[in-house]
Amino acid sequence: MSKTEAAARLAVRKTYKLYIGGAFPRSESGRSYPVTSSKGEFLANASKASRKDARDAVSAARKAFGGWSGATAYNRGQILYRIAEMLEGRRAQFVAELAEAGTKKAGDVVDAAIDRLVWYAGWSDKITSVAGAANPVAGPYFNISSPEPTGVVAVIAPDEPLLGLVSVIAPVIVTGNTCVVVASERAPLPSITLAEVLATSDLPGGVVNVLTGSVKEIAPWLAAHMDVNAVDLTGVADEDLAITCEQAAAENLKRVLRPAAADWYADPGLKRMTAFLETKTVWHPTGV
Amino acid sequence: MTSSLADVASSNATLRAFLHGLPGVDRVGADQRAATLGTRSIKTTAKAAAIDLAIRMVDLTTLEGADTPGKVRAMCAKAVHPDPGDPSVPKVAAVCVYPDLVAQAVESLGDSGVKVASVATAFPSGRSSLDVKVADTALAVAAGAAEIDMVIDRGAFLAGDYLKVFEEITAIKAACGEAHLKVILETGELATYDNVRRASWLAMMAGGDFIKTSTGKVQPAATPSVTLIMLEAVRDFLAATGRKVGVKPAGGIRTTKDAIKMLVLVNETAGEDWLHPDWFRLGASTLLNDLLMQRQKMATGRYAGSDYFTLD
Amino acid sequence: MFEYAPAPESRDIVDIKPSYGLFIDGEFVDGTGAPFKTINPATEETLAEVATASGEDVDRAVRAARKAFGVWSAMPGSERAKYLFRIARIIQERSRELAVLETLDNGKPIREARDVDLPLVAAHFFYYAGWADKLDYAGYGPGPKPLGVAGQVIPWNFPLLMLAWKIAPALACGNTVVLKPAETTPLTALLFAEICRQAELPPGVVNIVTGAGETGAAVVNHPDVNKVAFTGSTEVGRLIARSVAGSGKKVTLELGGKAANVVFDDAAIDQAVEGIVNGIFFNQGHVCCAGSRLLVQESIAEELLESLKRRLSLLRLGDPMDKNTDIGAINSSAQLARVRELSDIGEAEGAERWSPACALPERGFWFPPTIFTGVAQSHRIARDEVFGPVLAMLTFRTPAEAVEKANNTPYGLSAGVWTEKGSRILWMADRLRAGVVWANTFNKFDPASPFGGYKESGYGREGGRHGLEAYLDV
Repeated sequence: MSKTEAAARLAVRKTYKLYIGGAFPRSESGRSYPVTSSKGEFLANASKASRKDARDAVSAARKAFGGWSGATAYNRGQILYRIAEMLEGRRAQFVAELAEAGTKKAGDVVDAAIDRLVWYAGWSDKITSVAGAANPVAGPYFNISSPEPTGVVAVIAPDEPLLGLVSVIAPVIVTGNTCVVVASERAPLPSITLAEVLATSDLPGGVVNVLTGSVKEIAPWLAAHMDVNAVDLTGVADEDLAITCEQAAAENLKRVLRPAAADWYADPGLKRMTAFLETKTVWHPTGV
Repeated sequence: MTSSLADVASSNATLRAFLHGLPGVDRVGADQRAATLGTRSIKTTAKAAAIDLAIRMVDLTTLEGADTPGKVRAMCAKAVHPDPGDPSVPKVAAVCVYPDLVAQAVESLGDSGVKVASVATAFPSGRSSLDVKVADTALAVAAGAAEIDMVIDRGAFLAGDYLKVFEEITAIKAACGEAHLKVILETGELATYDNVRRASWLAMMAGGDFIKTSTGKVQPAATPSVTLIMLEAVRDFLAATGRKVGVKPAGGIRTTKDAIKMLVLVNETAGEDWLHPDWFRLGASTLLNDLLMQRQKMATGRYAGSDYFTLD
Repeated sequence: MFEYAPAPESRDIVDIKPSYGLFIDGEFVDGTGAPFKTINPATEETLAEVATASGEDVDRAVRAARKAFGVWSAMPGSERAKYLFRIARIIQERSRELAVLETLDNGKPIREARDVDLPLVAAHFFYYAGWADKLDYAGYGPGPKPLGVAGQVIPWNFPLLMLAWKIAPALACGNTVVLKPAETTPLTALLFAEICRQAELPPGVVNIVTGAGETGAAVVNHPDVNKVAFTGSTEVGRLIARSVAGSGKKVTLELGGKAANVVFDDAAIDQAVEGIVNGIFFNQGHVCCAGSRLLVQESIAEELLESLKRRLSLLRLGDPMDKNTDIGAINSSAQLARVRELSDIGEAEGAERWSPACALPERGFWFPPTIFTGVAQSHRIARDEVFGPVLAMLTFRTPAEAVEKANNTPYGLSAGVWTEKGSRILWMADRLRAGVVWANTFNKFDPASPFGGYKESGYGREGGRHGLEAYLDV
């Protein structure tokens, strides 16, 4: 926003806050950090989340888990599709934000993000059929295995402000998990704008919680949090930090996803969904 | 019967409420428990004791249209001296015949101590009027039967007319006088284990002294599973009412192994208090010879041959 | 009175050697660590002396496995299948021998070794044999690749069965293995090595290294191991997860549990009693998925307790080789000490302890079947995995409370539900956070049925199609 524009009419800037439990609070720490465009121009002050914000976000995610995992798959699919609709409606805003963050072909990226949401939305009521099984055991028993959400997933989002972000959130929540996402540290603003989309898409508060700030500072707290069931370390670029997080995750045997570098335009496959699914097998005798 | 249970038989509705309020039986679980108990390994001294106990529990049975006084006489001789060559063999508990042959059996057995049991009540189907059933029972009792093996009206039971079944049993019980009443549930026609449990309770509440699995004319008959369920029923009935009822599996028990499995079921379900001919019987026609052969094997160390045992 | 005479299984069927080496590259070789003794926990008699694999020995085993991986992974799946079928058949042929050896080394009743362990071991090899040439259809896309060398560490509660759970899918998928059996129960794994030779399995495909925790750590941490599979305590699982962090090794962990067995007032009570007994006293309670917390609806608690006590009085504790024994020996003095300690704590915390009158043999490691009543969620016997024949009984009033209590644990391996109402079973099964839910049954296993836990009970599944994922690069 240059001064000449401001001279015509002073723009009303957005305050970028965190997204926790369906609300947009500032960091409890009162901290923020300046976010600049790829050209180095000041864009906004983003909230710099603290470990206590991370803790609050985990609480919110846990609180939302029962309802979200208990919702019908059809309902979750509808909501993911609704997110895609809302995103489509804000297409121009995201293109502009991504462009400022230095994303090339921002229009294509937004389109791919919308399409990804639609793709995952359709999985909600299909993944159980694909990942489950009817097991022919050698005895008079009905035996069936079905995938169930792991619980609260901490996601360190990749430095791909929209497509990467959507690509790590959607597979986690479509199956009924809730999550705490640490946004790209370099370009956090689209993640908060995405949170605004989420907030207006019938997604229950707390299903997705978005933190902005220092990955190095927050990730180890989430990896060590005993009420977090899984961590996605996709966005942890620093090898030492990743190992620290993996070791911390061992304390309560979190499921850890640490994939090789991804091409965000490629077919995602099932991996990102199945990584955060448990298989539950139910037995029952068959008799009269 | 305790007073709380006395009210149960006041109507079909109360009977139904009571019987359907009994805990269910999971077929797979019950089968598994029976099968596991079937793996008990009864050897040496335990086996010898079990064989003699089983012989003492046998209701030696002939229930054929072709039965004759001669056949019954021969069977009675066998009942008293199962192995003529070995006086240490105990006599069986009872012989079981049709009503018209009771007199013959009574005469043949004399004061041997072997009891005479008679089937009655339009055995085996039970498809006749109550009057005929009572008369049938009275005939057997008059001829000297000490035990009456009646059949329940399975049709009425399956139709949900529990009161009819209950009243028939009480009527027959009255007709028995001093004779002990064994109530045959014909479990092979009851379709479910839940029904076996309900029929067991119905028979006990109506005054049966014994509950018996089968007529021997319907398959499956005395399976380990239904015997298990009936043993649970008598155990629970004793706890609920203070009255002890006996159990008689009958039909399909042909080998010593089958018989010993039954004794294990008794031992580990109702408990050793039932391990007595007063409280547990084995209804069988061909079992006795196998018990005798096994007994001889135990004594001599060599396998027995069937030519050395009488076919009566 | 019907006393069952002793009915001992003959131990002559198995020929136990005075000492055993390691099985590396198809040969039995000496270990360079200090050998250890494995004992019969029922008598404390020494059965054999067994080699300890040092880090160096483990390295040799991994190298053998790496070398064999080339041959084995390149072999058509149909050929690998035939080797596994062969192994399955030989296990059936030698099952009596294996069962006796398992009972001697482990202390479990011969009835269970014979009727549960061994049939499942053979079935597991048969099941995964069939997958070896069908991996393209397993749901992971065409041509899924094996991972390489699998380092596998197994516990002492089901020594041969856990070996089968580890080795069968690994080999079917084209991996080679270095497996470490538990130090107190190495013998059936070593007999299995002999079976591999009888089956003419290519050398190095299966390597068995014996020893204690250090040997296990050497297997897990070996840099040329691509896959780590561990079954055992959550405590050790945690250490493993920590030590392999950042290594990129694929890990599956099957750890502890504190399963709730929930009994509603409308349950088929006799079968529920059997299920409770089987849930906690099967294998002396040395079962990770044991139903160690009994949650009974308050309205039937007293009645159920009476039935349970009556049933417990019938359990036959004693010589594991006797075919009528229901409760065998505790596997080791260390485990016995733990069971005693937690039970004493239970008493000290105010729970009421009950065991049937039950004479314990003088030698060996024994603990009577035990029920604690008046247990609160906060008691350690309601929270810690005892891994012994100790049941903690709690009560609940409503289904929601049952779910809440059942899930109130860091573990999530298994759970049981007993009710005659179908929709309630499914409602409960939906809400119980556990990898296996047994409804109106308990402790049932099958190679076609995936097994594994939520939360601190570990990750990954063993058994079924799901069990393949642990050994494929997918």
